[in-house]
Amino acid sequence: MRQHWAILVVDDEPVMRESLAAWLAEDGYSVDVAASGREAIASAEGRDYAIYFIDLKMPPGIDGVETMMEIRKLHPEAAVIIMTAFATVDTAITAMKEGAQEYIVKPCNPEEISLLVGRIIKVKNLQRENLILRKKLAKQYSFHDIISKSSKMREVFELIREVASLKSTVLIQGESGTGKELVARAIHCSGERAARPFVAVSCAALAETLLESELFGHERGAFTGATERKRGKFELADGGTLFLDEIADISAKLQVDLLRVLQERSFFRVGGTEEVGVDVRVIAATRVNLQEAVHAGSFRDDLFYRLNVINIRIPPLRERREDIPLLAREFIERLSHELGKDVENVTEEALKLMIDHDWPGNVRELENAIERAVVTAKSRVLDEDDFAFLRGEARCARPWAVPDNLPLEEVENRVIAATLRRTHGNIKEASAILGIDRSTLYDRIKKHGIPR
Amino acid sequence: MRHLGLGAAGTVDGEALDLAAASLAARIGLPVRRTPSFPAPTYAYDPRRRQFSSTLIMHHALARIPEGAEKLLVVTECDIFIPMLSFVFGQAQLDGPVAVLSLARLRQEFHGLPPNRSLFLVRVAKEAVHEVGHTFGLTHCPDRQCVMSLATNVAQLDAKGGDLCTGCAILMGETIRHLPPETLEASGGGT
Repeated sequence: MRQHWAILVVDDEPVMRESLAAWLAEDGYSVDVAASGREAIASAEGRDYAIYFIDLKMPPGIDGVETMMEIRKLHPEAAVIIMTAFATVDTAITAMKEGAQEYIVKPCNPEEISLLVGRIIKVKNLQRENLILRKKLAKQYSFHDIISKSSKMREVFELIREVASLKSTVLIQGESGTGKELVARAIHCSGERAARPFVAVSCAALAETLLESELFGHERGAFTGATERKRGKFELADGGTLFLDEIADISAKLQVDLLRVLQERSFFRVGGTEEVGVDVRVIAATRVNLQEAVHAGSFRDDLFYRLNVINIRIPPLRERREDIPLLAREFIERLSHELGKDVENVTEEALKLMIDHDWPGNVRELENAIERAVVTAKSRVLDEDDFAFLRGEARCARPWAVPDNLPLEEVENRVIAATLRRTHGNIKEASAILGIDRSTLYDRIKKHGIPR
Repeated sequence: MRHLGLGAAGTVDGEALDLAAASLAARIGLPVRRTPSFPAPTYAYDPRRRQFSSTLIMHHALARIPEGAEKLLVVTECDIFIPMLSFVFGQAQLDGPVAVLSLARLRQEFHGLPPNRSLFLVRVAKEAVHEVGHTFGLTHCPDRQCVMSLATNVAQLDAKGGDLCTGCAILMGETIRHLPPETLEASGGGT
């Protein structure tokens, strides 16, 4: 049966590589050969192989282990079988340490090699199947790059579909990191404006005057440095959607200007006298409760009602914990690829740790945590230890007020005493928690006269 | 006339050769012609391994394919190997003109067991078709009953059948039907 998998045989000895290639071809594999490490790397640059058979000793140039290491840089998932005529424990250990899947001594039994190839291909087939299923699943649970299977988010998706083709202003409310801009983009892309521009502005990022110029543009000479006329975001978004993030942060003057644009569908550039008409759908977003801001008098009620024609509330991640495994796996797959790492999964225990965490920074915080774990990961599967930093953050999650009039010495005394109480006097554990070595801890205990 | 060539490298069991010829003619569907014997493959002997290189035997045979032969199967009594493996029953060029078959390990005596002539001949019949099947582009078949399924030991060889499964038989028929035109002309000229 013809196989869709390809194999590369790397050996400087022509009879060796050709006979093995012919033997593997009888099994239906597409087999390429390379006479040197450099030739093998060049082949691997153009194509990924399911299995790489690499001879350990290949003079001159780079040897088998170096070849393997270069190939694994190109394809971290590569299954490498190192072949050698002279087995030594040292070379076997080196080969396996550097990531060889198997290490075989020539000549080997046909049954052994047949089983070995069969086993690797079986895993490759399962991995491929898994990838296809995960993509199908991700598609099932994703809506314009928003991944979720929670019922609350399903309602959000439904609302997005319903309002996408309307012209009405939308107000998106959600904590930091919940994906407000993604929702805004989903609305834009699902509606008739999809082919027109989507322009995003963070109102919190710019000072009042800059934001005014950013939104409405300016005429030449409007202010120092305005050497030419500049079109603002409203004009750039004409026919499309303008996304105003952190809308609660705009000044009272800009609130008036914005209200006018929403009412009149026209505005004046800064320093200009000519009225500019635009057809822009405005989607605003805020992490704070805008209604409370209205009650507090910091946000105009008439602007609030103009913006709040359609209200979409994005639930925080702690209200949709069922999405955490789905999101975590998606981030691992993407970040592992982007960061050139070979992390491919996460243990159930690590997932539980993530599910139990409150994620005040929501999906963005989860993504950052996964990135940190992927960067520092020692194996292909992320485990609890890779997320140990979450435990630390959880302990610090409760805001800690600095006591008044407390000398630093006393702070140190109290912290050490509290840590020792928690570890039941275990010096090793306490020193690890405090991040100091044991002798330093003994010194401090002695210095402060702390009972153990 | 279009045919399969069958040659012995050195002295080879005559009955085994006859059976290989009959099995090939029946399963592949082309007449089989015996070629004059090839020399014993002393040139392929590896003193370190005390075995014969099947690759060198094939290279030797490649230059001696009889005119009009679609494929050539060389049979030897010598125990053969490829460098990577401790032994092979046979070796073939996938989609190529030559295959080699060793009778050494098909005998029960090789494995320290009492001789069993009929079992030996059945194995010869299967392996001859298997190796020539590769030269027609057939790869190992997942159907464990098909003669094209992989056997890495005699137990697996004995467990599989001697015929091509339906799928492999169709592929073989298609390959023979689509042989190059000049070969078909040669075939037409012979009849």
